Amino acid sequence: MNGVNSTAVSTTCRLRHSGERTVIVEVQSSDRVAANRIAREMAARIAAANYPFIHDIVPAMTTVGVHYDPHRVDMDSNDTLPYRVVESLLAQIINTSGERSTDTGRVVDIPVCYGGEYGSDLAEVAQRCGLSVDDVVKLHSGELANVMMIGFAPGHPYIGLLDEKLAPSRRATPRTAVPPGSIGLANRQSVIYPVTLPGGWNLIGRTPLRMFDPSRCEPCLLQAGDKVRFVAISPAEFDALNEHAGATR
Amino acid sequence: MSIEVLKPGALTTLQDLGRRGFQKLGVPVNGVMDERAHRLANALVGNAQSEGTLEVTLMGPTLRFAVDALIAVTGADLDAKVNGEPLPLDKATAVTAGSELAFGKRRSGVRAYIAVRGGYRVDPVMGSVSLFARGGYGGFAGRALARGDVIALNDSSEKDASSVGRKLAAFSQDVLADVDAPIRVTAGREWERFNAASQDAFQQASFRLTPNSDRMGFRLEGPALELAQAAQMESEALGFGAIQVPADGNPIVLMADRQTTGGYPKIAQVCAVDLPRLAQKMPGESIKFKVIGIDDAQRLLLSQARTFAAWEA
Repeated sequence: MNGVNSTAVSTTCRLRHSGERTVIVEVQSSDRVAANRIAREMAARIAAANYPFIHDIVPAMTTVGVHYDPHRVDMDSNDTLPYRVVESLLAQIINTSGERSTDTGRVVDIPVCYGGEYGSDLAEVAQRCGLSVDDVVKLHSGELANVMMIGFAPGHPYIGLLDEKLAPSRRATPRTAVPPGSIGLANRQSVIYPVTLPGGWNLIGRTPLRMFDPSRCEPCLLQAGDKVRFVAISPAEFDALNEHAGATR
Repeated sequence: MSIEVLKPGALTTLQDLGRRGFQKLGVPVNGVMDERAHRLANALVGNAQSEGTLEVTLMGPTLRFAVDALIAVTGADLDAKVNGEPLPLDKATAVTAGSELAFGKRRSGVRAYIAVRGGYRVDPVMGSVSLFARGGYGGFAGRALARGDVIALNDSSEKDASSVGRKLAAFSQDVLADVDAPIRVTAGREWERFNAASQDAFQQASFRLTPNSDRMGFRLEGPALELAQAAQMESEALGFGAIQVPADGNPIVLMADRQTTGGYPKIAQVCAVDLPRLAQKMPGESIKFKVIGIDDAQRLLLSQARTFAAWEA
């Protein structure tokens, strides 16, 4: 199965430079979920090629950012430039057929205390979605969801796509400080704030787990390609599991 | 074998060439703002260019050396003095145990770099000693220097000293450019989506560097830059020097502490060779941009890299 053509939806990949040190692989598709899966597959393929001049490969929603050192690219002639060599090598990778699984195979349970002081926007979200609070919690915690990308801050996941009923827009005015562990919901996606950050997502709950800890061997709890399952817990369970150092609720 | 921080200065942080390989986890690169000055400081004292240096911002620290040391200060001219005597910039200088390195009034630039032969003894986090202040990790104790800090130094007595004091190769003139020359950029990923008036304004107008600029982003003010048509964009990877334009039309240049991904349209990307010059601009100064092609941008970068490599030899 060829990753680029593995769904009924037509998708194409193309390469664009973003400055003289970054190439972006764009996945074009009418299906965002398929585009995201293919972006992660392309990131895995590029990583497997192990080019010494590439130092960071950053899969995002529908793109892969490839950051490289132009001066480390081997060039067999003085007539060419590093970006041409890099783009031609990447073109071979993305045009090669063959499957590389993008799922890490991991399923991570994320305990969430929903509503109240843990997720102060839950009632408003329910109202805006035309659902009961219980329905929002059930739809949010019911299904396995994909970690589509990690970005914006260390260990900050974008999780989706969630049930189509869970599509409130972001808040008109972002909060200046959202506490770590907060679960945001907007447009069929969830984020989890790893540290205190400004943020415009609707807060529906909070996990006691620490998403990012630079002293851990694996600093991030989640990576792109994981599946997560949100599990509803009580405030007492939240307190028992709380990993946020000096956490204030 | 240590230095003591008598005064921390406005913002003095340990930085190196950045934290690479973790951006897929949302971990920012961090690292020095002025790569040329940082590499030069290390090369002058015979360190590898990847060694950490202290990045000094505007108001410098006062540091006391508990041991004899070989130091170099590069970048901004912040009136560096050792025991009250002017310290020449861009030159290795031996200081004796008990000496105090202090800074005075800014003369030019914003960021100076202090290298010590052997380097600062600090455990790397995810492969780098660069401070990420917002994340509270890296650097010295996960924060900027504070009064009373004692920073251990690596032993350099056994190291080969033959490279110290040699003449270092110069950059080609087109790499350096004049201090007030326009900042060279390549067209950004969304350049074509900006309307013609905004494309013209970007290349001709002056933009003012605002005071709420920091290591994460330089916020500019000038003629509002607008898209021809509003567009929904997905977040994607960002590099050092990407110029994003949020809805208010004021561009933000993403600097060393930038986030890994972003979803605002990018009008341009600052060329690697001009990031050091931009990093030395003061809030209030005006900046002009000049768009060049990617071929020229890469040729400039390769030329700069050849000079760095010559220093390492």
